[in-house]
Amino acid sequence: MILGPIRVWQRNLKVWTKHYQASLIGNLGQPILFLIAMGIGLKKEVPQINGLTYLQFIAPGLVASAIMYGAALETTYNSYTRLTIQRSYEAVLMTPISAKELAFGEILWGATKGLLAGIIMLLALPLFGVIPSAWTIILIPLLFFEGIFFAALGLIMTAIASNYDFFNYFTSLVITPLFLFSGIFFPINEMSKFIRPILYSLPLTHVVLAARQLCYGRLTPMIYIYILVTVTLAIFTSILAANMLKKRLIK
Amino acid sequence: MQYQEGENLYKDNNIILTVKNLTKRFGKRIAVNSISFSILKGQCLAILGPNGAGKTTTIHMLVGVVEKTSGTIEIFNHFVPDDLKKIKKKVGVVPQVDNLDPDLTVIENLIIYASYFNIKKKIALERAYELLHFFALYKRKNEVISNLSGGQRRRIILARALINKPELLILDEPTIGLDPQARLLIWERLERLKARGTTMLLTSHYMEEVSRLSDNLIILNRGKIIVQGNAEKLIEEIIGPEVFELELSSEIKIENLLEKFSQCDIAVDRSPQRLYIYPKDNKRAKVVEKIIKEFPKWIRRPSNLEDVFLRLTGRKLRDQ
Repeated sequence: MILGPIRVWQRNLKVWTKHYQASLIGNLGQPILFLIAMGIGLKKEVPQINGLTYLQFIAPGLVASAIMYGAALETTYNSYTRLTIQRSYEAVLMTPISAKELAFGEILWGATKGLLAGIIMLLALPLFGVIPSAWTIILIPLLFFEGIFFAALGLIMTAIASNYDFFNYFTSLVITPLFLFSGIFFPINEMSKFIRPILYSLPLTHVVLAARQLCYGRLTPMIYIYILVTVTLAIFTSILAANMLKKRLIK
Repeated sequence: MQYQEGENLYKDNNIILTVKNLTKRFGKRIAVNSISFSILKGQCLAILGPNGAGKTTTIHMLVGVVEKTSGTIEIFNHFVPDDLKKIKKKVGVVPQVDNLDPDLTVIENLIIYASYFNIKKKIALERAYELLHFFALYKRKNEVISNLSGGQRRRIILARALINKPELLILDEPTIGLDPQARLLIWERLERLKARGTTMLLTSHYMEEVSRLSDNLIILNRGKIIVQGNAEKLIEEIIGPEVFELELSSEIKIENLLEKFSQCDIAVDRSPQRLYIYPKDNKRAKVVEKIIKEFPKWIRRPSNLEDVFLRLTGRKLRDQ
């Protein structure tokens, strides 16, 4: 059961190595540009938040957003290409690999691509004067689970998509709102008490808050909840995605 | 199967695949309607049928990408879908569509496909080179797929299907859309594989392909088996040795002709422009010639599998 997903993962890695540059720039462009535009552009206008400069405040959340984009875009546009135009899934299903193993391989790959973008973002942070703490090591596995969640979410979209335009709904109604409202750009605890519960219930919020705590080594007990929520979401969404992709593939 | 001689062939260990009362419904539409057949070791069974007859659906059920509605499928004494993993380890599939990885090279495609079977890389490479030699593609081994012609891609798909040394090779219209040269090359290679004892299941609507490769055939129409057996015997039984074709024109009084043929117990088929006449023996052939001689445009030719196919599935284009 574990070998099948790894084979699918290896296949995707092989194809990716053929054009990784374009792919990486695509994944990293947005978060880095936001970091520059907002962090440096608003540097003088925005006062310190909880003792952090605005650039420091947004940097960890942007790392989390890079993973979301990397993972979700991989399992929507790219997975859909493999499903439809390239028909790679049909080829895989003629071998001993099952539809669910294929789905888990795709999710694993999407998470890997997300994580890769996230790690590069983390490594780039010192260039902007943001020095992550040693706790950031713990952040990496959490970011991987975030990648699993968003890759699975993307694969669910692929399982129900009838064309590429369908993913526009996903990016503009799910991904972009999460990017804007998950506490990357403003402190959630200063919002009104009516809005706060909504923002805390967003999946990306947990990773953003955990990333900020770990990045600056300011841990609170809430970190356990953030981790628990992210890991649970990742597991359940993956199982759902595998079942839905199987339903699409096996008639 | 019923045409095999010698009872030892009916021993279980010689049967590679058995399908019993296999049925598939898509909503109200019955795509495959209670079909049964089996394949013996080393044999090639061809499934013929017009587009939409249920050929690909049948194959997809065998490999588990379409779930059967009812019936049983037994391959290598294992059942689909319960033991699909075990079965698929020993099956090679050539799909109708081109689903090679376009960004990868020929050799990378083969090695990655082999990895899905957990074949060790070293063994996979050895087999891949051997297969590329066999399909006359060795020089192309480092070429990216998108640079290759349709015929070359088809041969790679064939090589890919053989990478796990399958005990059953399933070919879904293996030469569809290819030019005659490319088709001949593939037929020649498939004949060689057959000579080595590879068991095959073939779908096609190229009669020549079926005649050359298959030992037995099934004609499928609207999801049902309308006839099965050996090609030559079916031609003999259903058509006879020869076919006359008469080109129709407004001067020809068809009703009269039909009357005459039916009196002599001679089968005919009619299409808008042509009359097909099937005399079963020499005596009847002479009668037909005598009648037909007075018309300007007619031919007399040996019968072939296409006649069987068209006689049974109709000479007119059907709307599905």
